[in-house]
Amino acid sequence: MVDLDQAGAEGAPAAKPVPELARDERYARLVQRRSRFAWSLTAVMLAIYFGYILLIAFRRDILARPIGEGVTTLGIPVGLGVILSGIVLTAIYVIRANRVYDPELDSLRKEHGL
Amino acid sequence: MMRFPATRLALMLILFMVPAGLLADALTGQTEQQATNWPAISMFAIFVAATLWITRRAAQRVHSASDFYTAGGGISGFQNGLAIAGDYMSAASFLGISAQIFASGYDGLIYSTGFLVGWPIILFLLAERLRNLGRYTFADVASFRFAQAPVRVFAAISTLAVVIFYLIAQMVGAGQLIKLLFGLDYVYAVVIVGVLMTCYVLFGGMIATTWVQIIKAVLLLGCATFMAIAVLASFGFSPEAMFARAVEVKAGLAADGGASPEDAASAGLSIMGPGGFIKDPISAISFGLALMFGTAGLPHILMRFFTVPDAKEARKSVLWATGWIGYFYILTFVIGFGAITMVASDSSFLAADGSLRGGSNMAAIHLASAIGGDFFLGFVSAVAFATILAVVAGLTLSGASAVSHDIYASIVKSGKADPVGELKVSRRTVPVLAALAIILGIAFEKQNVAFMVSLAFSIAASGNFPVLLMSVFWRGCTTRGVVAGGAIGVSTAVLLTILSPAIWESVMGNASAPFPYSSPTLFSMPLAFLTIWLVSLFDRSGRAAVDKSGYDAQRFRAETGIGATGASAH
Repeated sequence: MVDLDQAGAEGAPAAKPVPELARDERYARLVQRRSRFAWSLTAVMLAIYFGYILLIAFRRDILARPIGEGVTTLGIPVGLGVILSGIVLTAIYVIRANRVYDPELDSLRKEHGL
Repeated sequence: MMRFPATRLALMLILFMVPAGLLADALTGQTEQQATNWPAISMFAIFVAATLWITRRAAQRVHSASDFYTAGGGISGFQNGLAIAGDYMSAASFLGISAQIFASGYDGLIYSTGFLVGWPIILFLLAERLRNLGRYTFADVASFRFAQAPVRVFAAISTLAVVIFYLIAQMVGAGQLIKLLFGLDYVYAVVIVGVLMTCYVLFGGMIATTWVQIIKAVLLLGCATFMAIAVLASFGFSPEAMFARAVEVKAGLAADGGASPEDAASAGLSIMGPGGFIKDPISAISFGLALMFGTAGLPHILMRFFTVPDAKEARKSVLWATGWIGYFYILTFVIGFGAITMVASDSSFLAADGSLRGGSNMAAIHLASAIGGDFFLGFVSAVAFATILAVVAGLTLSGASAVSHDIYASIVKSGKADPVGELKVSRRTVPVLAALAIILGIAFEKQNVAFMVSLAFSIAASGNFPVLLMSVFWRGCTTRGVVAGGAIGVSTAVLLTILSPAIWESVMGNASAPFPYSSPTLFSMPLAFLTIWLVSLFDRSGRAAVDKSGYDAQRFRAETGIGATGASAH
């Protein structure tokens, strides 16, 4: 079991030496790509949700507009779509992380014997 | 692990209890006591017996602090996803949101979206890094490279604040609901909830808490699925037919109330679009921020990421949780509209003045009765009680870990506490928290506690979330920065909430509130970020240099999990 010293529970974690892997350029690129991907998805989620909230705040008439002949309004698919988009974005991230980023990191780790 | 028998048990429960119902946490308003509901009580007794049996099994496995706090890190992503859903889908989500839809239609959906969209953010930015950096509490992560004592004191205070406000809302909701559904006295109901949650957490720790949450999630999802299908089936599975009937019912009610035919028609149609729920743009955005980022700062939710073995399972658990929670909110939407069509038009569910019998939060409960009679009503009531138990157990465990791990072990014992002593402190904290919850639950019986859940989200969004995000992602962040920013964020959130209409007018009875908006987060959260940034920027202390020099090692572990606390303590 790893001890809390790793978590700096003793106070100052003085500049710990990081493994050589951290200085591997391929590792740096992987982390950069992965984090750009995660932040992009974050931006998309924020845009969808706050787009929806701003629509409610300023143009609720758009959401109250019926689609087709019946009483169902545009707001229904849009609102449910916000929920579904959250699930879909989550799935996209998990699939990509499992299929692309994890194997790449694993092979780098193996190469460095970690 | 006791995985197999518990899974079998969960399946048995589903078979026997089939559809489950739910409750909401933040029920407010007074409820009248009903006749003692024996079917509900007996079904609830089965649930309690099953969960206590699980607790006994779990108790034999809780040997170490790691077992107690995080089930030894041995929960799978799928199980954790269900448990997160069980931790998060509170009675407020079920009864509260379906009641909101029952009353004003579309507006309830706005709530649901806000409660869901925090999950992707947690996944993209925090879940894996939390697992890689932390061990028992989110303070492990927030204080990773910083001076331990100040950061942990902040994290513990903020955790306890969130836990207490959330607990009060749950306890008051539980008391009102149980009085109503089971015909039990308010005080008994609150005491029963407090005693049961103490048993689960004290003896079974995270293992028992996780299984209570999983069983509750399965029951609740099963129950809501059954209700939604029953509603849709009665309209030939045409949502348009259901909406059309709901509009007709609402228009009819408006006409009965003396509205002109045009007004009645527009009142009917008003349930199909956003209405008066969001009063002004500032409140709308602020509330949206609180829901979205508050979810990413709730300590009892963040704690769940330490129960899985590694970052990959943490990731999977968010996908499962998001899927279940999203599915659940879609069901509540159907249930709310179903209640308009089946409950609002049926005088047997209405009081003489046309309001719902038993209070406004009873829409889903009456719908259960309309669909499945007394038996199903009893079942839904029992699931509602179970829902509250699962949520309060998670909260209590999180509060106890803040006291024992962050304050006792890391500060009082400067990180040198022996695990046995730490576990002992945890266990002693549980009954104290439960007693506090019972006392506060009774004290707030007649208060409007609706603001407490939203306050808990605001605190989480304005304190925990900025602190976590900045400490994980910004090299220049320092101890002084996060402590100052977190403290400012939390205190601003609390202060502005006190000055807002929910407390200033509704609770304190003053005239117009100095802070006119319904949520403080639009102001308190950016203020926290700004303070962290500015204070860190001008921090020239020796500690600041140490803080910054720790960033590379932290980043490496956060990204790779190399060096992370082992999956299992065994």
